[in-house]
Amino acid sequence: MADVIEVGAARGDAPPPAASAARRGAKSANRVGRATPYLFLTPYLVLFTVFGLLPIVLGLYLSVHQWDFQLPNRPFVGLDNYKELFSSDSAVFGDWWQSVRATAIFTVVSVPLLVVVPLGLALLLNRSFPGRTFFRAVYFAPYVLGVAVIGLLWRFLLDANLGLVNRLLGVVGLPADTPWVTDVPWAWISLVGVTVWWTSGFNAVIYLAGLQDIAPELYEAAKVDGASAWERFRHVTLPGLRPVLLFVMTTTVLASANVFGQSFLITQGAPGTETRTVVWYIVEQGLRNNDAGRAAAMSIVFALMLAVVSLANFRLFRYRED
Amino acid sequence: MTTPTRTAPTHTLRRVGLYAILVALALVFLIPLVWMVITSLKTYDGAQRIPPDWLPDPISGYGYQQILTNTANPVLRWFLNSMLAATLHSVLVLVTASMAAYALARMRFRGRGVSFALIVGTLFIPPTSLIIPNFLIVDSLNWIDTLAVVVVPGAASAFGVFFLRQFFLSLPKELEEAAVLDGANQWQIFYRVVLPLSKPALATLAVLSFLTNWNDFLWPIFVLFSPEKLTLPPGLGLLQGSYVTDYPVIMAGAVLASVPVLILFVLAQRHIIQGVSRSGLKG
Repeated sequence: MADVIEVGAARGDAPPPAASAARRGAKSANRVGRATPYLFLTPYLVLFTVFGLLPIVLGLYLSVHQWDFQLPNRPFVGLDNYKELFSSDSAVFGDWWQSVRATAIFTVVSVPLLVVVPLGLALLLNRSFPGRTFFRAVYFAPYVLGVAVIGLLWRFLLDANLGLVNRLLGVVGLPADTPWVTDVPWAWISLVGVTVWWTSGFNAVIYLAGLQDIAPELYEAAKVDGASAWERFRHVTLPGLRPVLLFVMTTTVLASANVFGQSFLITQGAPGTETRTVVWYIVEQGLRNNDAGRAAAMSIVFALMLAVVSLANFRLFRYRED
Repeated sequence: MTTPTRTAPTHTLRRVGLYAILVALALVFLIPLVWMVITSLKTYDGAQRIPPDWLPDPISGYGYQQILTNTANPVLRWFLNSMLAATLHSVLVLVTASMAAYALARMRFRGRGVSFALIVGTLFIPPTSLIIPNFLIVDSLNWIDTLAVVVVPGAASAFGVFFLRQFFLSLPKELEEAAVLDGANQWQIFYRVVLPLSKPALATLAVLSFLTNWNDFLWPIFVLFSPEKLTLPPGLGLLQGSYVTDYPVIMAGAVLASVPVLILFVLAQRHIIQGVSRSGLKG
């Protein structure tokens, strides 16, 4: 990245803040060296270029090659890796779309819960009472644990025989032999439930910040007008939260669509490979089966799918605004 | 609270109701964690009973003894690796992101708009879709199975730069201008004025980076292989593979991986919560 600095210095016309420089006199021209901004940027830009930009270009390159880590020949194959994903007679077609289906099921079921449950928590916490900070911390606590910890923990809690969940269900007289992690639809309920337990506190904290930004006068005015609690929620809280809702929706859709650890550790794909997600299938294809070309093509198709969903999400909220 | 018309009994009743809900929810969030600790203190046989015992009988150090002495699963080593990786990672993020963010927030130079647009643009690319090419890159750097592979690549994330730039923009310019009048150069202003003023934001970023790195699972399971090189998350995966249903051992490992981040959370709760809520307002 040294050349960036030189280029900047050679051009020699990086404009210092003109007005203030004039005020401060000639001395400041020395202080704000022309190379200075680039020197400040360089360490990060090196990292960003190598691990942020280069992978994008390399990913595109890989996706049009048949790229096996073990083979010396990595021929150009054009769009074959992409076409295979859409032609039903290819070797990867079935598994790929099964993983897309798994990811779609998980996302469609989890997102509404991850948008609504945390909002409920935030509304509950958005008032002043002794212990508020404590309860907020407790609800947030699972989120600071990694997916490896919560995955192992819930694999155990959901164990059909030795697990606490079936034990508790038995205590209250419900069926105590549900195969939570080995059969559908239970596996889906488990994956979604664990994720709601794990990340609701995170979204709740974001909502709380949004709720605190709504002017109290609006609620007072609504009360004066005789609005009920529901009407105040509907006409003051929700409109005030719109930007935060959009943010929560978008980030939650992305997070849910990128689900990996939960199904890798809790259901381990079971039954069969039915709960194996897209991210899991891509890394397995690319890094276990050494098929980086196909995996790169899948990554790009997947990223495009997510972009479409995010845009749709954006449009939906924008329209409502008008 | 500001409604004098409401009668006292209704008020008390509502309070009791509120606390009942709050406590019930707290139990939902906490019981799994408590169960993790309880199970880690059971014997193998104790954890195999159907239905499970509510409390360890007898209380046993079996799980912890296994993870600390079984050389096939060097859990202590993983713990130290994770500590080292997460610490180095947050230092790297703090240094690189603060410098870049300062340049982007306060300096005018050619290419500023383009660099910022590129950095922000990558926020919209799911990091998981870059895993395959990133694997090739660290492979060609010969970083596979080294400490660097779990410390460095993640620091390319745009979040830190974005977060600190936002904070720097909110600082009053007067202090920096005063420093200029005192003859300080850009580096001195950054180091002596801006960074000390930014301690809360830096602490937030440090804690969030530490947590992210400590908890990372997807990347290390593919780039670390040797048992003595693993960090805790892939190590826990290995532990599950070798102990299967020997839950006291697995839960002891999970407890060991949870304790540092839970302590960090208790100590730095304000920073973590603020960091999270600010990330939302930005969106």
